[in-house]
Amino acid sequence: MDSKEAKGIKSVIAASSVGTMIEWYDFYIFGSLAPIIATKFFPQDNPTAALLSTLATFAAGFVVRPFGALFFGRLGDIVGRKYTFMMTLLLMGGATFLIGCVPSYEQIGFLAPMIVLILRLLQGLALGGEYGGAATYVAEHSPDNERGFWTSWIQTTATLGLFVSLIVIMITKKSMDDVTFKDWGWRIPFWVSILMVGLSYVIRRKMHESPLFAKAKSEGKTSTNPIKESFGHRLNFKYVLLALLGATMGQGVIWYTGHYYAMNFLKTDCKVDSFMVEEIMTWAFVFGTPFFVVFGWLSDKIGRKRIMLAGMLIAIFSYFSIYKAMYNTATNINRTEIVEKSTSVDTKAADTKNPLDTIITTKIHKEYTDGTVFDETIKTTILADKTLKAPQPKKDASNKLPSDAYWKLIFLVFVQVLFVTMVYGPIAAFLVEMFPVKIRYTSMSLPYHIGNGVFGGLMPAVATYLTITAKGTGTTPLNPDWYLQGIWYPIIIAGVCFVIGLFYIDGSDNRIDD
Amino acid sequence: MNSVRKYLGVIWIVLGLFAGYFSITSVGLPKFQSGLAGNTSDMVFGIIMLIILTPIIVGALLTFGYYAVTDEYDQ
Repeated sequence: MDSKEAKGIKSVIAASSVGTMIEWYDFYIFGSLAPIIATKFFPQDNPTAALLSTLATFAAGFVVRPFGALFFGRLGDIVGRKYTFMMTLLLMGGATFLIGCVPSYEQIGFLAPMIVLILRLLQGLALGGEYGGAATYVAEHSPDNERGFWTSWIQTTATLGLFVSLIVIMITKKSMDDVTFKDWGWRIPFWVSILMVGLSYVIRRKMHESPLFAKAKSEGKTSTNPIKESFGHRLNFKYVLLALLGATMGQGVIWYTGHYYAMNFLKTDCKVDSFMVEEIMTWAFVFGTPFFVVFGWLSDKIGRKRIMLAGMLIAIFSYFSIYKAMYNTATNINRTEIVEKSTSVDTKAADTKNPLDTIITTKIHKEYTDGTVFDETIKTTILADKTLKAPQPKKDASNKLPSDAYWKLIFLVFVQVLFVTMVYGPIAAFLVEMFPVKIRYTSMSLPYHIGNGVFGGLMPAVATYLTITAKGTGTTPLNPDWYLQGIWYPIIIAGVCFVIGLFYIDGSDNRIDD
Repeated sequence: MNSVRKYLGVIWIVLGLFAGYFSITSVGLPKFQSGLAGNTSDMVFGIIMLIILTPIIVGALLTFGYYAVTDEYDQ
């Protein structure tokens, strides 16, 4: 590749990656700010609002993303890659900005959750169309022997999007007090999106159509019905299934484990301070993200299949050790408490909603010899009417860890991000190389979004189910290793994916001009 | 290797049936029943599990297994 070509592809990468990163950012800030959004738009004491909240959570990931893959994939294979992923960018940016502008439930009632739900679904639709377009666009500009390297930049965007969303939220939180942030400050990360989208739109507008697609179009070789050709013909559909079951399914669960499950595990099961967890994740992403490019580059040298399968295999055999080490590091089971510094204070007050009831607030403070500080607030409601069943006490615990534990956790999350980079770094090039130009956008988008949206998206629900079942409802857990049981889900899914990938994927043909 | 792929096809079919059984009896129906008892979130998840996710997971594994058994993945 000469210097002019290299400069050209760098522009393509920059234009595509920035836009895709912004779309991931937009998608993630909703998830990261979900607890605040719930209080503003979806009051849980109202059943209809709660239903809309659940739809916003599940439908955007499970249903709308694959549908977006089909809708925009078809458009991309008929009209063109460039125009389609310009549309997804504007759709995503517009929806995100508007979420930040919607008046709260208190101000406009049910219209608020309805509008937010519609905008969230539009986000899911746009995300479903964006990735396939960006990956295809970059791949179709790249030479055969460097495709893994160039497309790996697109692969960094999902992690960078999450990273930037955490940074923007942290900066916004730091720049104001907690009350202001919960009042209106949470809207700022949504508004920031429109600036980034505007910039990305200007950059993308100047780009040309993918050369392979432009050639196919000029020769009249594009498809008139890419959905039918992709999924209606056995010859192609068998590769769609192979892409899903032999690659994206395992990649999806490993991605979710390394990003979201690790974060939720530290917050929920280990009770680590929320802000500290976000810092830990941020550092792990900073150290891990360059490896997307490393493994993308390496996949050009030794093959995509080897790296992706190696990533899955190592993850399968090391997840239990990693999560056991995380639990031992993050919780206080192996720490020595300084008893004289521990306090427990009870206060009683009337319930503001039902003044006849009483709320007992217990504040527990513990300190440990290594510098760990544990704080817990337990709110127990005592009902005036003794015939009614009292609600479960509300617990809010936070463990602030010392420096060595903090850095050990960063390392343990970083290792998981490394697995993600192995399976995710080469996958764009891998998927693009599986399908012909005329149906590429459609054919690669659907398995990607089912693998990530469905198999990956199921991770929290199934892992929580496994964990809760193992823990039981009593004071003593049914299974002493209850906190490790959620990990079975990614291990089993990645294990099946590994076997299918090993025996069925060839991976030797890396031409994409067919 | 082609014969290994073919015989593994039977495993994918069995796995598809098992996944369907597990997702209906252990996840979908319990969530749906919990939804009927008043938990809205479980109701939505149960319906999505039963109507959308289970057919995708089972359908993909069964079709893949069938293709493998019928030598579609021979190299």
